[in-house]
Amino acid sequence: MATAATSNKAFFNQLKKYYGFYTGGFIAFVIVLAILEQMGMPPKWIGYIFLAATIGLYAGIGIMSKTADVSEYYVAGRRVPALFNGMATGADWMSAASFIGMAGTLYLTGYDGLAFVMGWTGGYVLVALFLAPYLRKFGQFTIPDFLGARYGGNLPRTLGVLAAIICSFVYVVAQIYGVGLITSRFTGLEFQVGVFVGLAGILVCSFLGGMRAVTWTQVAQYIILIIAYMIPVVWLSVKHTGNPVPQIAYGSVLQQVTQLEKDLNNPATDKGALEAKARAAHKEKQTELEAKIKALDDAVAAGNGDAFVAEVRAAAADPSKIPATAAALKADWKKAADGHKARTGAVPAHATAFAGAGAEKKLLTANPDASAEEIAKAKAEDKKASDTKRLNFITLVLCLMVGTASLPHILMRYYTTPSVREARKSVFWSLFFIFLLYFTAPALAVLVKFEVYNSLVGSSFAALPAWVSNWSAVDATLMRIADISGDGIVQLAEITIGGDLIVLATPEIAGLPYVISGMVAAGGLAAALSTADGLLLTMANALSHDVYYKMIDPNASTVRRITISKTLLLVVALCAAYVTSLKPGDILFLVGAAFSLAASAFFPALVLGVFWKRANYLGAVIGMTAGLAVCMYYMYITYPFFGGVPANEWFGIKPISAGIFGMPAGFLGVIIGSLLSPAPSKEIQELVDHVRYPSLEGDIDTKAA
Amino acid sequence: MQLTDKHREYWSKNLRLTAVLLAIWFVVTFVVIWFAKELNEIVIAGFPFAFYMGAQGALIIYVIVIWFYANKMNQMDKDYGVHEGED
Repeated sequence: MATAATSNKAFFNQLKKYYGFYTGGFIAFVIVLAILEQMGMPPKWIGYIFLAATIGLYAGIGIMSKTADVSEYYVAGRRVPALFNGMATGADWMSAASFIGMAGTLYLTGYDGLAFVMGWTGGYVLVALFLAPYLRKFGQFTIPDFLGARYGGNLPRTLGVLAAIICSFVYVVAQIYGVGLITSRFTGLEFQVGVFVGLAGILVCSFLGGMRAVTWTQVAQYIILIIAYMIPVVWLSVKHTGNPVPQIAYGSVLQQVTQLEKDLNNPATDKGALEAKARAAHKEKQTELEAKIKALDDAVAAGNGDAFVAEVRAAAADPSKIPATAAALKADWKKAADGHKARTGAVPAHATAFAGAGAEKKLLTANPDASAEEIAKAKAEDKKASDTKRLNFITLVLCLMVGTASLPHILMRYYTTPSVREARKSVFWSLFFIFLLYFTAPALAVLVKFEVYNSLVGSSFAALPAWVSNWSAVDATLMRIADISGDGIVQLAEITIGGDLIVLATPEIAGLPYVISGMVAAGGLAAALSTADGLLLTMANALSHDVYYKMIDPNASTVRRITISKTLLLVVALCAAYVTSLKPGDILFLVGAAFSLAASAFFPALVLGVFWKRANYLGAVIGMTAGLAVCMYYMYITYPFFGGVPANEWFGIKPISAGIFGMPAGFLGVIIGSLLSPAPSKEIQELVDHVRYPSLEGDIDTKAA
Repeated sequence: MQLTDKHREYWSKNLRLTAVLLAIWFVVTFVVIWFAKELNEIVIAGFPFAFYMGAQGALIIYVIVIWFYANKMNQMDKDYGVHEGED
């Protein structure tokens, strides 16, 4: 033991040295690029160099860590120190959605977006208290391994494999999509080409060295992504508040934003008066479009829809831009009318929780002498809207948290530490490293909002800031700005911002050189690649280890097991890339769905497996099936993509939180199924004791070689 | 493998600690969300309270909860003689 401890210590120090050098090297690399930029290197080159250098680096780590040892391949030899496992988990966890999307969601939705911030961090409390130390003591390779051993028989294991693949596949598609998006945006490659370039970066590392290569690459990726996220925010914070700690400084900025929101909504102020004019202009356009839609509907009803469309096309400056069918034209106009309608309302306050439907305000503007009865009715309507928002917020937070504690690619990481002690510490480091990014995102959202409300609103269309004109030229879904009211001055109602802009454009908003933009893109890429790596490995391992080795051929040789695993990895990766290149619909929903599905399928069986000795085979089978089934059924009846309708919602809960019904079904299933059948055997009860105590005398051994 | 009373005490202590920490997690998350509108009336250093909790306060508490659990349990392992070999 003493020698093992010494060698662990030496290994830790060695790692600290390597990654210290690495971090220094990365900073030096950025500085050199900055100097080259000053000397006139074109931005496109900087994009290429960042892409090539970082993917090359990950590939290099992958090649250096290549392995043919089963334990190294599946669990990195179980000697990853807590601190480094924390960083790797952080990178594994934080996906493109966290890195690029989070701050944007907060910018657009204010308080209501915080469900993601809380949900994606608080879940680690559940990981720490209920799962990580126990899974580490159990010490095998995959999550279905635990289900198989604890409940006996192949059925619980198979259900585990099935659920692991469903949620990981849904999730990995979103990651590969992010990779394609970033590579195409920063290098000008086509989206499909970008997907495959990124995929090469993912594969070279997980393919060669399995978990071992993925772990050490993820640590490297974490360092890049956190530096890339922090530098622009700190800079922006210094610029606006003189305080380099944005997480503290943004309180005063938030107050100013709140004041600006009030001014903008008050027509008696200068800003408010201009804003009201822009809103009126939107209202006018909306009415105009609605009249056109009505005319179109009338023409279609009278049987001359085609003639009407032809007329509209003939009158247009560029007929190819006008749809050729009445239905498509109507959809176009409807979308435009809705877009204008959305801009006619008041600016929502950033920090306000669960704003109502605004019925009372609307009533009082329309009819200042409304009767007490009418006011009460409007108030009740507002309260109902607000309560439904609160309920959805709470259920979403719970689903995301429990989902966090059930996603196999995260739980698997706690098999890689040297001991139960280290596993516990490692959850702390994981959340700490994730926390650094998540508690910065709300500050970034408020700082950018201040910049937009304070500097951009009220400026002249003739002299827009460079970042605005750049981004609106590159991508109209991220930044659109048009002088609707025709007064030459920018109003808030005239700006449309896409959520993903916030993080990507922060370097330019803060007035930093292009090299920092390149670094932010590299950070986003690191976030997407690292998550994709972890997920692909989870799926390939579930298939090769749980299905092939445990169920089909338990006598397979080591070489054969690893070869099978690598082959499956390629197959799964190509399937995922193919699905991604089809650009499937709503990515954010799919990500949320993965959490609900994982929470319903895994959490009850895993937690009761440790905390309730009486839980048995029948319980696990019924519980996992019921959880998955209820969750999928609810999504099926409520989510439009599957042909569901929102009218089917129970208590107004959105399909993304379907897990709120799946989880109780799962718990009930485990409990009822277990009580209906005999208690588990003595061996299994001993296994439960075994995972509960880090070390016992005369203990059984469940460790996999 | 026979569990002694000391082992059972270790486990029940673990359960109690888990329950207390889970209660803290529940309060800073769900109770605060439930009363978010009311709590937002309290403004500290520019931050409405519920907003601050959602954006940062709860996160800080989660980190502390996990840190506390890890330390406490690692110490308790030693006190009850169920710790692993030195590392």
